[in-house]
Amino acid sequence: MASHLPPKPIAQYEETASGGLAAGAQHAPRGLMRWLLTTNHKEIGTLYLIFSLTMFFIGGIFAMVIRAELFQPGLQLVQPEFFNQMTTMHGLIMVFGAVMPAFVGLANWMVPLQIGAPDMALPRLNNFSFWLLPVAFLMLLSTLVMPGGAPNFGWTFYAPLSTTYAPPSTTFFIFSLHLAGISSILGAINIIATILNLRAPGMRLMDMPLFVWTWLITAFLLIAVMPVLAGVITMMLLDINFGTSFFNAAGGGDPVLFQHLFWFFGHPEVYIMILPAFGIVSVIIPTFARKRLFGYASMVYATASIAILSFLVWAHHMFVVGLPLVAELFFMYSTMLIAVPTGVKVFNWITTLFRGSISFEPPMLFALAFVVLFTIGGFSGLMLAISPADFQYHDTYFVVAHFHYVLVPGAVFAIMAGVYYWLPKWTGHYPHLRLSQWHFWLSVIGVNLTFFPMHFAGLAGMPRRIPDYALQFADFNMVTSLGAFLFGASQLLFVWVVIKCVRGGEKAPARAWEGAEDLEWSVPSPAPLHTFETPPDFQPQQH
Amino acid sequence: MRKRLVLMAAGFAFTGLSQGVLANGWNMPVGVTDVSREIHSLHMIIFWICVVIGIVVFGAMFYSLYRYRHSQGAKATQFHEHTTVEIIWTVIPLLILVGMAVPATATLKTMYDASEADLDVMVTGQQWRWRYDYMGEEVAFTSNLATPRAQIEGSDAKDDSYLLEVDEPLVLPTGRKVRLLLTSDDVIHSWWVPDLAVKQDAVPGFVNENWVRINEPGIYRGQCAELCGRDHGFMPVVVKAVEPEQFDTWLAQRKEAAAQEAMGVDREWSREELMERGEQVYGTICASCHQPDGSGNPPAFPALAGNQALMDDREGHVETVVNGVSGSAMPAFRSTLNPVEIAAVITYERNAWGNETGDVIQPSAIAEQLSD
Repeated sequence: MASHLPPKPIAQYEETASGGLAAGAQHAPRGLMRWLLTTNHKEIGTLYLIFSLTMFFIGGIFAMVIRAELFQPGLQLVQPEFFNQMTTMHGLIMVFGAVMPAFVGLANWMVPLQIGAPDMALPRLNNFSFWLLPVAFLMLLSTLVMPGGAPNFGWTFYAPLSTTYAPPSTTFFIFSLHLAGISSILGAINIIATILNLRAPGMRLMDMPLFVWTWLITAFLLIAVMPVLAGVITMMLLDINFGTSFFNAAGGGDPVLFQHLFWFFGHPEVYIMILPAFGIVSVIIPTFARKRLFGYASMVYATASIAILSFLVWAHHMFVVGLPLVAELFFMYSTMLIAVPTGVKVFNWITTLFRGSISFEPPMLFALAFVVLFTIGGFSGLMLAISPADFQYHDTYFVVAHFHYVLVPGAVFAIMAGVYYWLPKWTGHYPHLRLSQWHFWLSVIGVNLTFFPMHFAGLAGMPRRIPDYALQFADFNMVTSLGAFLFGASQLLFVWVVIKCVRGGEKAPARAWEGAEDLEWSVPSPAPLHTFETPPDFQPQQH
Repeated sequence: MRKRLVLMAAGFAFTGLSQGVLANGWNMPVGVTDVSREIHSLHMIIFWICVVIGIVVFGAMFYSLYRYRHSQGAKATQFHEHTTVEIIWTVIPLLILVGMAVPATATLKTMYDASEADLDVMVTGQQWRWRYDYMGEEVAFTSNLATPRAQIEGSDAKDDSYLLEVDEPLVLPTGRKVRLLLTSDDVIHSWWVPDLAVKQDAVPGFVNENWVRINEPGIYRGQCAELCGRDHGFMPVVVKAVEPEQFDTWLAQRKEAAAQEAMGVDREWSREELMERGEQVYGTICASCHQPDGSGNPPAFPALAGNQALMDDREGHVETVVNGVSGSAMPAFRSTLNPVEIAAVITYERNAWGNETGDVIQPSAIAEQLSD
């Protein structure tokens, strides 16, 4: 632990003996009502993170069912109907229930602390945004026990499979997605209002930590595309229950229209899940390289470019749907362009490492693994952009490999990096070093065993979303399943590390990491319930 | 000594990797059409570009991680901006991308030129089979999964073409340009054969176009690539490519057989004949939803065995099979089954699994209803 021995805390606060979450809560309701009614950004952040972790495990159990069935060729454990429900629910839960709320939870905790604000700008709205989520996802999960089963049409729910041919529970799925969407929009409004209005005096936009910047841009993306999702699921609702024919060809509708609308939401959505990850990594790497982020301004511009381009690439998900040639070309070129700002980011991270003074604490391990493995996902993304080649890649395990590389060792590793980075601030204790390292290495090995062979299975011809497969794919699938079980089991270790860290461990000072510079490290660890009630004295770094 | 060992290990790893990765079964197939070869070479070019960039980027990263370790007393040098460098690493990737876009555009243009085809085949996706219609030739048939249930459930050993075998493959001539017109009767499917580098969605209400000119005779196997419901994984595509003369002979035989079947409509069929034919049609068309024993899968797929309402309503039964049930998964079979098949399958359903109506539906009656 010698490597992160910090300087003396520059305490603006008296260290409290009672610990962060409990401190100052005497006037507030206790027990369950405290959590139901809380308007405190730290408590709501904690709720979001616990919710997200719960969903991560539920979605993970679904993934384990999928991988157990695919361990060998043949149908052994589940029937195809249920298998399709598992792939659908796994995707929906992980995207809307695990990854997105985790980033919102981190934003709730850290955005006010990083900009020197006393709380989120709209605390009651914040409470409402969170409590919509358990309702939404309980409803979604309840479809598993409804007659006809849960949604079974994939997380992309293409019509007419999700309308005319869908199980009766689809209406509940639509309502739950509406609730989750409202929650996201309200959360995004809150984050924008907080960042634009509550920065410490003297903090210009270009002084904000990259995590705050990426979240600001993400929030605008959310506000732009969540209504599109709401629109498309409302059209589904009307098709299913009120006899309209938006997506029903027999009634003059257009099934391909569904895909245009869905991916106009869906592509920005995938950046919603990765931009905050970029922000976390851009904060962690400089800390443990003990060196300022290289190219701060170009990082901001690259993030904004990616966000803008994300509105112009949606039909690369639809290269084989029968688009006209000009559309194929347009979307191929625009998609290839995304490699440029993304490349700039990777180059900037590596140049930040160059001639730094690098140590390898758990947050840094996850951040470094993020850079390597996200880049591998970026490479397969570049390959997928080549439209003629996509006629072979499309809807195969190559695509599954691609998006899991950017989402699991991408988004999820960044979230874990963030959790390890900020746990000392949240709990006042360092996470147990050995256990954290075990968690990291088992996760890295597990994640690569799981997702790397998928590239080969896909290239060799294995389509996505099949419950059984031809014999030539058997070896790849067995390795993938073993990797998945390892990865899944390793996450139990993560829970243990977090619980252990909440309950005790090596005490962390205010500035828990030697190279950490942002404002959150000026408040005590654990952070008291109320921080920055008077704005901090912010000294911008000279650009 | 240690260095040499490391080098040797790295050498083995690299050759092993490149052989392994490039070997058949690990990589995209080169395929048997000019287009599939072009796509394969595009794939390999972009792959090697990524490998080279990866070596440079990760090399620089791991060098920095090793060289500038805090534990080795490295002191950070504070620098955080360099406009020239940032312009260079924006422009170079841009140039690489332009270099990649040029051949990709050319290939795409070739793939989109389905003009001047020698043969048109309509490919219709149905849950969960493909229907092939040789347009203008009066030859059409459905192609169903041929893998026995026992192999899927594990009671029999799986054969080599497990899940990639059909009762009747799509037969195509080599050397001729075949235009594929794709559509669907129900949900979106996607017709894919890796060796032909054709993957095209079959969308209900739309007709998509693709084409193929196969260079070598052989059997090429693929699958439905777009999630289309329960048996999406059990919807293989098999293309049998034969020499043109052989193809012409085959087509003539199929035409003859189709004409024979059409004549059968007018004659009186016995109950036994209809039951036998009906069982076969039921097994390939209906059983995937309504189950081999007619027990169905409610609520989406009602039971037929012991379905009293259905047995009491003979006209309704015929109507359901002929015209489908709108807003449900039950398709209209008026254009995909011929009158003999429709009459046989309804006769079968009304007299199997304990249904004892004794009804015999004649093909001629169905033909009359269809012509109304």
